[in-house]
Amino acid sequence: MTGITIDIGEKRFPAVAGAPARLIYRDFRLEVAPFAFVVLLAPSGLGKTTLLNMVAGLDRDFSGTIRFEPAAGAAARPEGPRLAYAFQSPRLLPWRSVLDNVALPLGRDPAAAEKALAMLRQVGLEEQADAYPERLSLGQQRRVALARAFAIDPDVLLMDEPFVSLDEAGAARLRDLLRRLLVARPATVMFVTHDSREAVELGSRIVRLDGAPAQIVADVAVGLSPQQRRAPDAVEALRRQVIG
Amino acid sequence: MAFLRSGTATTGGSGGEAARSGLAGATMTLISLALLALAWQAAAWLIDSPLLPGPPEVAAALMRASADFALPRNILITLGRVAASFLVAMVVGAAIGIVLGRSKALDRVFGPWLIVLLNLPALVVIILCYVWFGLTEAAAITAVAVNKIPNVAVTLREGAAALSRELDEMALVYRFGPLRTLRHVVLPQLAPFFAAAARSGLALTWKIVLVVELLGRSNGVGFELQTAFQLFDVATVLAYALAFTLVVQIIELVLLQPLERRAGRWRR
Repeated sequence: MTGITIDIGEKRFPAVAGAPARLIYRDFRLEVAPFAFVVLLAPSGLGKTTLLNMVAGLDRDFSGTIRFEPAAGAAARPEGPRLAYAFQSPRLLPWRSVLDNVALPLGRDPAAAEKALAMLRQVGLEEQADAYPERLSLGQQRRVALARAFAIDPDVLLMDEPFVSLDEAGAARLRDLLRRLLVARPATVMFVTHDSREAVELGSRIVRLDGAPAQIVADVAVGLSPQQRRAPDAVEALRRQVIG
Repeated sequence: MAFLRSGTATTGGSGGEAARSGLAGATMTLISLALLALAWQAAAWLIDSPLLPGPPEVAAALMRASADFALPRNILITLGRVAASFLVAMVVGAAIGIVLGRSKALDRVFGPWLIVLLNLPALVVIILCYVWFGLTEAAAITAVAVNKIPNVAVTLREGAAALSRELDEMALVYRFGPLRTLRHVVLPQLAPFFAAAARSGLALTWKIVLVVELLGRSNGVGFELQTAFQLFDVATVLAYALAFTLVVQIIELVLLQPLERRAGRWRR
């Protein structure tokens, strides 16, 4: 329920171990409307993850600002927006049960376990609640990561190729699940991928980045209905337009 | 002989070791120890000297030492010193190791100190502690702890340097806060390093405690060994050695191994 204004003066990686310093962003500006599903589409190694990390507050080594504004009518939270991040790898705690992994971000909430279990039910993993994450398949681990992200009822959801290295059927099921979860708990989403079809299937807006420093080379609104998103030719037509 | 048999039965049954390695493994251990006892008895017969008493003589010495509760009392005193110095060494060593593992700059400054301490002979530390702090209980425990601290620090430094940055970031994004991060993210990652430090630590600690007692205490297993040494009473030396080894083995089986298994439960 939060809009994001990204305004980066400069972001560079210092030279390390023989590699030269790299300029990642200069004078980069991106505004994300509340409840938008913005897909950042770019080839690997361009700085998409870096952008998410800056938004998440994990990387503060840049000049510029990132502002979160509550949607019209909503009050700003004093502690900042509630932020969830689905990383490229699930990043679950292997020594905590699936249930604990989902419940831990809820803090001292007395209903934490109950809420976590309800979330697991929604991602279809209620029966695995007491298992340790390493006993699950990668697809199931990614579901747990999704459950953890949605359990805190996030204002902003950052996703960094969360469905990478799954087979196509598994990735499609997870994309379906993500859409359903977002209907129940709307959030402002920034979703990073290098897969243009995934971008069209999911996004309400696709921002294509390229070059070094990275620039926005295309910014396309996706007006597809839920039915069209499932139709391969409609997706393919728009995909050509984005890449074009 | 009788003493040895009952000893192995206790360890096999109480530690759950038999359940894991199977009955066959426990039987093999029993046979192996029985063989050792036989070889010992054979050697005692061959040499036929009070300087190599056989199992029956050692068992008799054991009974003698236990009759006035001297043996259990001394073992308890020594175990108390082991526990105290072990605890001090683990806490101080872990703190030093974690700090050095997290800060490259501090590690560059103080890392070499660890190497020096690590290579300082235990005896030197013991003598210095007694000379500087007197023949006191605190000096004895300090001497043992100082011997062990660099070991723990080096192990935990390795663990702290290998902490997952990815999980750190996850905890940060999901606002775990410092205490929950420590409990749910950091300490579980360090658990195997704590276990390794504890395991090698206990072995080192109890050996050094005996030396410390021999040099500057008036009770404990080390002191009794010295008394027996002066009387050339080898049977008593062996009786104390056997009893103490057995106690340490039991601690290993009923305390350390179950703890390790518990910490490693989540592994596939």
